[in-house]
Amino acid sequence: MAETHSLQDLRQAAVASKVFVQRDYTSGTICRFQTKFPAELESRIDKQQFEETIQTLNNLYAEAEKLGGRSYLEGCLACLTAYTIFLCMETHYEKVLKKIAKYIQEQNEKIYAPLGLLLTDPIERGLRVLEITIFEDRSIGSR
Amino acid sequence: MKNCEYQQIDPRALTASTTRTPTPSCGRKSSHRLRRKWEVFPGKNRFYCDGRIMLSRQCGVLPMTICLIFITSGLFFTFDCPFLVEHLTIFIPVIAGVLFVFVVVTLLQTSFTDPGILPRALPDEAADIEKQIDNSGSSTYRPPPRTKEILINDQVVKLKYCFTCKMFRPPRTSHCSLCDNCVERFDHHCPWVGNCVGKRNYRFFYTFIVSLSFLTSFIFGCVITHLTLRSQRVNGIIQAVQETPARYPFCFTFMHLHITLCIWQMILSLICTLNPSCTIAELVICFFSIWSILGLSGFHTYLVASNLTTNEDIKGSWSSKRGEESGNPYSYNNIFTNCCMVLCGPVPPSLIDRRGFLPSDDAPGTVTSDADLPSFMAKNDPNMCTQGTKEFLESVAHSTVIQSTCAPGAPKTTPVTQEGVLGTITVSSPSRPPPTGCTACQAQRPINTSCSQRGSKQADLHTHNPTIRLPSPPYTFNHRTLVLSDAPDVGFIPLH
Repeated sequence: MAETHSLQDLRQAAVASKVFVQRDYTSGTICRFQTKFPAELESRIDKQQFEETIQTLNNLYAEAEKLGGRSYLEGCLACLTAYTIFLCMETHYEKVLKKIAKYIQEQNEKIYAPLGLLLTDPIERGLRVLEITIFEDRSIGSR
Repeated sequence: MKNCEYQQIDPRALTASTTRTPTPSCGRKSSHRLRRKWEVFPGKNRFYCDGRIMLSRQCGVLPMTICLIFITSGLFFTFDCPFLVEHLTIFIPVIAGVLFVFVVVTLLQTSFTDPGILPRALPDEAADIEKQIDNSGSSTYRPPPRTKEILINDQVVKLKYCFTCKMFRPPRTSHCSLCDNCVERFDHHCPWVGNCVGKRNYRFFYTFIVSLSFLTSFIFGCVITHLTLRSQRVNGIIQAVQETPARYPFCFTFMHLHITLCIWQMILSLICTLNPSCTIAELVICFFSIWSILGLSGFHTYLVASNLTTNEDIKGSWSSKRGEESGNPYSYNNIFTNCCMVLCGPVPPSLIDRRGFLPSDDAPGTVTSDADLPSFMAKNDPNMCTQGTKEFLESVAHSTVIQSTCAPGAPKTTPVTQEGVLGTITVSSPSRPPPTGCTACQAQRPINTSCSQRGSKQADLHTHNPTIRLPSPPYTFNHRTLVLSDAPDVGFIPLH
């Protein structure tokens, strides 16, 4: 009980540190994050849980950047209209990014905030890093 | 290259800010409007239409490009089309019209679209990267290595560290010195379109040069036809040329290295009535002009088919001289797949969020009052509601170090003083305002506001004493207890 926080409680907590999960470029320029478990989170969260979150995020980004029939159709249609449809239509990528934002918020509410952590949507960091903010645990005291 | 560029708190700025009386009512709009992120964008870009359109700061030749296209096509439609419609078919101006629209639209899209600019690293992130570089075994006396080697598809690729953007550049990203931005999949900086050509606008650029090739070839063909038809009706080509308006050779002006040719054409056309044989020479020149633009299109078609960028091709990054095993790791080894990926593949939205609102006014030299918040709230109420928790928490997260410096011993008493402190920290920010360093200080305001959404009691607090009164004592207390524990980019001098 002392360890759990809600998102509202977190606003009264202080930030202890931040962890940055960098991009994984081994498969090229597609958006993937490293699944390596950061050492700073060892005391806070289960490794399995963390890796599952990262893997889900990676899968979502892969879906956004997938070369499939739908993206080709979108591309060809855009080309034929001199790319003016981008002004009116939301691309598949943008739709998936919204899904990702919702997923991250959901993860924050359910899993990370009770443990005193907060995930920042990578799109707000230019898809460079996944920023995890570690909050001080008020009940335990400052570290 | 630590980003400890923050200066000491300037006592003069403190005095200056205390002269401003904080406005008590939060319903009244302040004189400072809320700023959008494009207004403090650090790169050398120009923004129009409130951030919707962006250009490189050096876009000098773009107006000329547009003029050339318009003049050329205009003359074609005015002088050649009537004759050709009468003697051939109506489809000639129709086709030319379609191509013209394609050319103009894709040119404008190439120029006005974000090419794939990467936002610069925030101070926390930059410090984390620095820490990793320093920890990788190098001593503090030797400058740490600023490249990182990674394996992409079993090939070694070196990632370079960008000192301006303070991050390791992703693969295929390059820093454009003209725009002062790191651009993803950087192709080249094109002065004719007045923008970089990168991941997000390469397809527009390619469509532009291809449709321009078609347009110029089409116009060239039509003019030849026009001359031929006229010469058949009169006594030879010379008389035909003399009959047509002297300006029609303007039709053949193009992009990319054609400025000298344009001047030639202007001179030649002025004297062609005097000496008809010049027109023939001009046609020859124009033929070579078309050759150039067609050559450029052909070159880029080759790049598209092999999934290369101009930058990589010029540097010879994946050339065979490095050995058999060195090939392009990004290529799909299939021309069709490469073309589809480059031209029809998915495109991420702009990463720099030009039209997003800043947490509050953080321009150097300006001090915002808390009355900004209501206007901020009014504009972003839905956003705050839907993303309120996340953004709000992030603003808490951002306000680490600064919170402690901003919360002086008596936060509840002198609001003016505290505002002065806030204003001071804003004022003392460097010329290139760091995204979160100073704004973090102001970030506590959205917190005030969000709190007011949650409880009327807090709303009352906000309404009646809006300036800097923090919502609840425990909150303030916690922030006071937060010391600069692991905050990496400590440049501020704490007040206590």
